Amino acid sequence: MKRIITLTVQDRSGVLNRVTGLLQRRQFNIESISVGRTETEGISKMTLVVEVEDEQRLEQVTKQLNKQIDVLKVSDITEKAIVVRELALIKVASSSQLRTEIHGIIDPFRADIIDVSKDSLAVQITGKPEKIDALIELLRPFGIKEIARTGLTAFLRGYQPQVNDFATYSLSK
Amino acid sequence: MKVEAKLEFQTSTVPKTGADLLIDLLINEGVETLFGYPGGAVLPIYDAIYRARGRIQHVLFRHEQGMIHAAEGYARIKGKPGVVIATSGPGATNLVTGITDAMMDSLPLVVFTGQVARSVIGTDAFQEADVMAITTPITKHNYQVQSIADLPRIVKEAFHIASTGRPGPVLVDIPKDISAGNLTEDPKEAVIDLPGYQPTIKPNPFQIKKLADSLSKAKKPVILAGAGVLHAKASAELTAFAEKHKIPVVTTLLGLGTFPADSPHALGMGGMHGTYAANMALYESDLLINLGARFDDRLTGNLKHFAPHAKVAHIDIDPAEIGKNVPTQIPIVGDAKEALLQLSEETAAMDDLEHQAWLEKLEQYKQEYPLWFKHDPNGMCPQWLIQAIHKVTNGEAIVATDVGQHQMWTAQFYTFNKPHRWITSGGLGTMGFGFPAAIGAQMAAPESTVVAIVGDGGFQMTLQELSVIYERNLPVKIIIVNNGALGMVRQWQELMYGNRISESILHTQPDFVKLAESYSIRGYKIDNQEDLIAKLPEIFAYNGPVLVDCRVLQQEKVFPMIAPGKGLHEMIGVKPV
Repeated sequence: MKRIITLTVQDRSGVLNRVTGLLQRRQFNIESISVGRTETEGISKMTLVVEVEDEQRLEQVTKQLNKQIDVLKVSDITEKAIVVRELALIKVASSSQLRTEIHGIIDPFRADIIDVSKDSLAVQITGKPEKIDALIELLRPFGIKEIARTGLTAFLRGYQPQVNDFATYSLSK
Repeated sequence: MKVEAKLEFQTSTVPKTGADLLIDLLINEGVETLFGYPGGAVLPIYDAIYRARGRIQHVLFRHEQGMIHAAEGYARIKGKPGVVIATSGPGATNLVTGITDAMMDSLPLVVFTGQVARSVIGTDAFQEADVMAITTPITKHNYQVQSIADLPRIVKEAFHIASTGRPGPVLVDIPKDISAGNLTEDPKEAVIDLPGYQPTIKPNPFQIKKLADSLSKAKKPVILAGAGVLHAKASAELTAFAEKHKIPVVTTLLGLGTFPADSPHALGMGGMHGTYAANMALYESDLLINLGARFDDRLTGNLKHFAPHAKVAHIDIDPAEIGKNVPTQIPIVGDAKEALLQLSEETAAMDDLEHQAWLEKLEQYKQEYPLWFKHDPNGMCPQWLIQAIHKVTNGEAIVATDVGQHQMWTAQFYTFNKPHRWITSGGLGTMGFGFPAAIGAQMAAPESTVVAIVGDGGFQMTLQELSVIYERNLPVKIIIVNNGALGMVRQWQELMYGNRISESILHTQPDFVKLAESYSIRGYKIDNQEDLIAKLPEIFAYNGPVLVDCRVLQQEKVFPMIAPGKGLHEMIGVKPV
């Protein structure tokens, strides 16, 4: 099962290496990982998407991550009400004639064209991974030259519903 | 948590360097002994050690592996971190075995490695190795010092992390320009600031209540005592608790001595070469209380058959150990001593637990299936040899072993009644561990009798440290259980690989007596029981190092045994074969 795990870590050298090394050693497959600074100086946040076999393995991975000295907090937020975003840059083959057509495709996705050259253009899109997947599929017929994705970043919504009145985000579909 | 510590610096006529500061910090931590080997990248540190002579002792080993195992033995007996210094590159990589060993067996070490100067890190400079990357998976934590000003904090944190919670090795990598760099001002205090490191010491009272409640209902309770009891110094509490409620106790290999082996409630060691009573107690139990053991596969055997009828309570200071291998119904995170104290309070009113039938059954197992060996008039039985050493040392010696047959025979036949007498490489199973570990133990306990019981294979991996016991006149007694083979490998080849004895016979041996003599150490070669009985008192009465090459029966095997993949109830060789 796919899980989204966030880690609050101290911003010290080697901490990313510690986390990924630990996961590799214990044979967890990391699907995506994103790291960045937070509102607090010296504190960074990592968002991991990992494939885990079962609850017991999941518990083990969170405990092992928690054991790291530089790790302040580990949360499995998969089942929570969360905001999830990923950014992708997509370079599409395009001539000047196709530009309007592509624009018409990306507009409903609230994506932007951020670079144009003679035979290609670059699209920037932010959103849930499925939305990005959907746009990539639509752009594929034009010829995709390059894709760069950031991996997920996520946090809890400001309001956590007490009852199940809010659709949770699911990666497993 | 934050801890502030005042530092007092010795004034010195030479300009103070990062290395001088480091030595001051170590002295401030109460470090008396450094286990080290010099080299290019630590020359500034060795210069500082020279200037600090008289204030701190440095012991020069002959190989980095030897010195780190010595530091482990020292830590085991002293109960505080062993401190190691090695140079960059090969010095550091030679420590890898010992660091991993300490990690697996939760021994506190603070390891300092030299590193090339910051200006050339990453250029494949002479004697450069990426020690941080190499040691990240085998240390509890590691640091590379980036500024002299960070040294007080890092040293303080390193000792704190190594010796608290679940102990373990912490490595501090020091670039040469840091140790050689001049101090611009004296840092006056170090502040530990580790918000991500807060070991749980006091267990959750609700969980303790749950365990007490389960205990009151259990018909077949058993305690499994591991090395966590040693680290918590909780042997007295364990003994009092088990004896009050008449709960039988199984110890792990590393837990030997946590509970007196001669107590009527002691079942001995569990696991692959454990006693029948211990393994059947684990197998048949309805309440298994794991106290500071990590359910290693050598203990559990096939997990499918491990304690199949038991409710499992697991007390461990490391939450990641709970539920790792064995599903646990009552998880208790905390220090073994705190847990036992709370549990004793909670169960104080329980006088008669109803498990008399269980005790009688286990007693019957103990009587019917004791550990055994057959005397052979034509040679020396290794098991008998261990018993003879027990006798001559009154069971009071500190005993260190390597890994293999001699290790198991010692675990089986040197009856450990007290904690902190037994030093062995449990988790990693390191050949070459025993002899240097005994050196460290002797340094930690100069008045104690220290015996290194080693195999002829393992001893040849670290025997160069004979220099150290001669140089320091450490009265370590080295007993080589010499069967001319890598005995445990051969045993497995005989039993599980169709008797195909592949590369496990040591066809040539050095003359160990001459070897000892070449290091100016007394050597004996003994190949029969009468000689051993005659010589042992003399060997142990002598106040200096002695090496004894004991030629034992070659074909002797370690029994009983659980074959790989089998459960605890499927032991072989329980009865004399």
